[in-house]
Amino acid sequence: MKMTSNSEKSPSGRAGKNDISNPAKTDEKAIIMSGYGINSEMETQEAFKRAGMGSDIVHINDLIAGRKKLSDYRLLVFPGGFSYGDDTGAGNAYANRVRNNLWDDLEKFLDNDTLVLGICNGFQILANLGLVPAFNKKYERDIALMPNRKGVLECRFVTLKPVSDNLWTRDIEWMYCPISHGEGNFFCSPETLVRLKTKNMITFQYCQDNLSPANGEYPYNPNGSTEDIAGITSENGKVLGLMPHPERAMNFTNLYDWPYQKEKMKREGKKLPQESLNMQFFKNIVNYFC
Amino acid sequence: MTSFIHRIEVHYKQDPRLKSRTDRIRSLGIPVSKLHLIDIYTIATSSRDFTHDELCRIGAQLINPVVQEYTVDTATGAFFDYAIEVGFLPGITDNIGTTAKQTIEDYYSIRFKEGESVYSSQLFFICGNISEDSLQKLTATLANPLVNRVHIKTYEEYKNKGMDPFVPYVRLHELPNAEAVDLDLDDKDLARLGKEGIPDTLTGQRRGPLALDLHQLHAIRDYFSKKGRKPTDVELESLAQTWSEHCKHTIFASSMDDDVPKGLYKTFIQAATNKIRREKGDKDICVTVFTDNSGAIIFDDSYLVTHKVETHNSPSALDPFGGALTGIVGVNRDTIGFGLGAKPCLNYYGYCVGDPDSDPVLFRGKNKANPILSPRQILDGVVRGVGVGGNCSGIPTPQGWCYFNDRYTGKPLVFAGTVGVMPFRHKGRKLFLKRAKPGDLIVMAGGRVGKDGIHGATFSSEALDPASPVTAVQIGDPITQKKLSDVIIKEARDLGLYRSITDNGAGGISCSVAEMAKECNGCHVFLDQVPLKYPGMAPWEIWISESQERMTLAIPKEKIDEFMDLVQRREVEATVIGKFTDSGRCVVEYHGDVVMDVDLDFLHDGLPKKHLKTTYTQKMYPEPKTACPAQLDQTILFMLQRKNICSKEFISTQYDHTVQGGHVLGPVQGKGRVQATASLTKVVLDSKKGVGLSQGIFPSYSEIDPYLMAAAAIDTAIRGLIAIGISLDNIALLDNFCWCSSDEPDRLGQLKRAAKGCYDFATAFGTPFISGKDSMFNDFSGFDSDNNPVRISVPPTLLISSIGIHDDVAKAVSIDAKFEGDFVYVIGETFPELGGSEYFAFLDSIGNKVPKLDTKKAKSRYQRLTAAISKEIVASAYPVNHGGLAMALAKVAIAGRIGMEIAIPSGLRPDYFLFSESLGRFVVTVSKDNKKAFEEIIGGDAMRLGTVCGRALRITGQKTIIDLPVEELETAYKSPFLGY
Repeated sequence: MKMTSNSEKSPSGRAGKNDISNPAKTDEKAIIMSGYGINSEMETQEAFKRAGMGSDIVHINDLIAGRKKLSDYRLLVFPGGFSYGDDTGAGNAYANRVRNNLWDDLEKFLDNDTLVLGICNGFQILANLGLVPAFNKKYERDIALMPNRKGVLECRFVTLKPVSDNLWTRDIEWMYCPISHGEGNFFCSPETLVRLKTKNMITFQYCQDNLSPANGEYPYNPNGSTEDIAGITSENGKVLGLMPHPERAMNFTNLYDWPYQKEKMKREGKKLPQESLNMQFFKNIVNYFC
Repeated sequence: MTSFIHRIEVHYKQDPRLKSRTDRIRSLGIPVSKLHLIDIYTIATSSRDFTHDELCRIGAQLINPVVQEYTVDTATGAFFDYAIEVGFLPGITDNIGTTAKQTIEDYYSIRFKEGESVYSSQLFFICGNISEDSLQKLTATLANPLVNRVHIKTYEEYKNKGMDPFVPYVRLHELPNAEAVDLDLDDKDLARLGKEGIPDTLTGQRRGPLALDLHQLHAIRDYFSKKGRKPTDVELESLAQTWSEHCKHTIFASSMDDDVPKGLYKTFIQAATNKIRREKGDKDICVTVFTDNSGAIIFDDSYLVTHKVETHNSPSALDPFGGALTGIVGVNRDTIGFGLGAKPCLNYYGYCVGDPDSDPVLFRGKNKANPILSPRQILDGVVRGVGVGGNCSGIPTPQGWCYFNDRYTGKPLVFAGTVGVMPFRHKGRKLFLKRAKPGDLIVMAGGRVGKDGIHGATFSSEALDPASPVTAVQIGDPITQKKLSDVIIKEARDLGLYRSITDNGAGGISCSVAEMAKECNGCHVFLDQVPLKYPGMAPWEIWISESQERMTLAIPKEKIDEFMDLVQRREVEATVIGKFTDSGRCVVEYHGDVVMDVDLDFLHDGLPKKHLKTTYTQKMYPEPKTACPAQLDQTILFMLQRKNICSKEFISTQYDHTVQGGHVLGPVQGKGRVQATASLTKVVLDSKKGVGLSQGIFPSYSEIDPYLMAAAAIDTAIRGLIAIGISLDNIALLDNFCWCSSDEPDRLGQLKRAAKGCYDFATAFGTPFISGKDSMFNDFSGFDSDNNPVRISVPPTLLISSIGIHDDVAKAVSIDAKFEGDFVYVIGETFPELGGSEYFAFLDSIGNKVPKLDTKKAKSRYQRLTAAISKEIVASAYPVNHGGLAMALAKVAIAGRIGMEIAIPSGLRPDYFLFSESLGRFVVTVSKDNKKAFEEIIGGDAMRLGTVCGRALRITGQKTIIDLPVEELETAYKSPFLGY
């Protein structure tokens, strides 16, 4: 692995733009799904809280039983995890549970002015539900997140570059956060890929530390994803699936190379950031509701 | 029984898994030219059949059509030489099958009936010129005969009809009852009963060892003859569990020689903690020590953290994947079962295995029966097991280690630890205290009970009837446990729905219920209420089964409805199986018959006391005769490639270490990605504090001097945390003794010395023990291929794990050298202490001079380094450990991908100076600006060795002895496990 040693472009070298300043706040609440082995709901809740949005963690069975209502929310989040232990394909069994029990509510939810975010296992769930790419609002499976090229779970920090200019990527020059998945190898047909490109739906790509393309090269592209794709939106841009985990690196001290960056900044007389640049991602989502 | 069987076969159009799988098989020397993988779901029902259309819709649910296809009751078409289908044996947990079943149930809004299920298997199509031998070897890597069933077909046999559908039913015939056991036997027969188990009245076969010795059996006989009756098999099996070495730690509890009348545990472990706590007074960090399922220390004013490290050695020898998986999810339950339930927030691992490049041919039985698994298979399996356990449970695994020695070939050691976090109070209730009350209901929650793990540590091939459930090994189901954990820790606990909780580990409910019964002085259990995986289990089996993923709770009557409603909504099974009483007795009923009625006093304290005698013989080993080479370039490269020194990053990266969002210092650090000796994680996200984990383990010192092995382990465990900036005041320790042949006085003599070392060095540093565990018989007895008996005993092994609270993670220090011009120091003195060192092992020697430790000097040194780190004037710090100073310097350079210019003092032989494993030392780098401040704080203890510069590591004594590009060092450091 080649890391830039002195380059200004070193991923965690800067803080997010809204660092320490008061973020925007919204009264809207997010619903963060849990249950059956989803496991990142608490840090995802924390990320939205810091970005200025409250949330409820809701077990899928409470939605199915009608104890909670999707229609009370405008942001739906499927966080990371290992729902059903990745059995029958990562995200597949949880997506089946959603489709078999909550489909009508979900379709109505999507028709309103709402956003949906799926991170890691959440992205796998969205892909199996067909919420991305959802060309022409047809919720069919057009993409797959296959087992990683190396055949095992891979946990490491990756650098991400926004590809499209949309509500999710505003003011983000790059992100630097962990991946941790066994099945994140993005695949789709050549025709689908063309459509994703022409409609600017590819939102984040894995890249090298100096932001040049990963070109499929390990470990920059950690899993073998087609075109280094790390995240895509739905055609209407309101649903985002993202493999890496910005919520796991909210603070400067969460970043892989922070001890090095800290020494560097100290010697340059710079002030050390508290937050990491990844928080901009969550602030963008919250801003949508402000 | 089931009458409708259907098979859905799933394959990738282009399978991304094939390259890594094929490479792996080829790396074992099997000439596979092509490989195909098919996932199979066998649906077996009796109450209804599925039409072809319905099965197609089920198939569509089980795939992603973008990349996968399925067939229904049609063999997947392909051309190959062999088809190998690998599924589970009857009764083995089949997680994939269970998920598929739930998906089908959801899709058709149906419920599978008792006996109906979905079973998963994998089909491998193999192309290549494969010999009979290779085929066997290949099968051995794909399947473990204790867990898996295998069917092999040639292409000719396959081509028209595919594989034969197979359903791994559990068939158990009679519904057995409890039986009285006659103990009025002569001592020879009685001893046999203890050793081999109760004879089955029908078959005469022994049920498996009770592991009760004559003294204990006499005590049991006396107890029941006073009661005027024979014990039942339930009672005898229950006493055997409760009195087992595993539960009662008899070796650590027994009086020893004339000078340790209270036993090793009370004299050396507990007494150390008591003394330290007394001396620390207000600064005592302990909350709960030794009494609960984990030990706990103060995190801050609001939270405590728990830690516990378990071993799972025997199960991992038989089934590395299942053994390690149940090891880690088992210790997770020690966290969930602490107080009223702590949240597991960090996993931790340690593996002692044989050299994975060796291929020993050894058998458990005569005539080449039951071959042992190769070290490589064991390593692969345990690495995967702990990974799956932690990853699926959403618990980060930032710290762990691997240690290799051929004496672990017969029996690996698998350490699994978990840290938990919990608020002290919730709505005024102290969450770290628990107490069941008479009248509370006994509730078992989580998985169901099967024959898993009954007399698990032993097995015989005769017992492995193809239709009998496997009892020796278990496969964990992390998702079932995750659901259980979530509903308890994240919901039921804070709703105040139960008064006490503990986990079901060794001995199953027989131990957990009896243990909780101490809190209120009695229990009454209805065994027929316990939900079973399959019918036909005998009451004693239900009582002691070690089926996984279960917790036992004490629930007040008025809360039971709310609890049951909650768990039902979370799809977690829970059953009332009895109630707690104050009768002073443990009473168990089965279908109206009392099958156990034993006084709690006798059950817990009736174990006859033992007195152990020890001897100790100081062994002497020849010193190496090699002179110091003039040039050490080759030596340092060889040393970096030693398996106990080189990178095992392939483990770190397949373990999720970032989930829960608290990653600060991870398992690998720096641009060069070097494995660190300590990790640091925020377990409360809005606190600036963090939890550090480290360890010390030096099995190679034990045969030379077990007392100093303890010194090395304790010092290294502490030093790892000091190096990242944790103060000595905030550090606690955990001990794991993994001994061998503990019935031999000389081994006990080594144990006594190691335990005394634990007392002396822990008290000297003021670092209390908060939890510990021992495993005393890690010996392999078997045969080579010529039927010669072979015995391999592990080296006496003491693992000291450390946990510490960092006051401000933003001040933590990583291991990598950072900038040119920084000064490189070694802090602490270097002596010619190379006995048992990696360098002497490299020279094929052992030697005798194990490192000593001046704790007074070390303690003051650590306090000064803590002060320097808290002033943020240290750029990097690395604790010198295995392989000595040269390895530390190389790793600091590799991690920073930057060179160093080092001058070493004259006096010691250069190679001894560089490879000595003297304790108490650090390599640190400091910027020029901070030099003065640093030297003022550290004083004469700091020796400036040189500077960070260039791209090479250059070490000069009288002349240059090492001059190598850091890149070359990095290649050597990473080469041994590159293909893993």
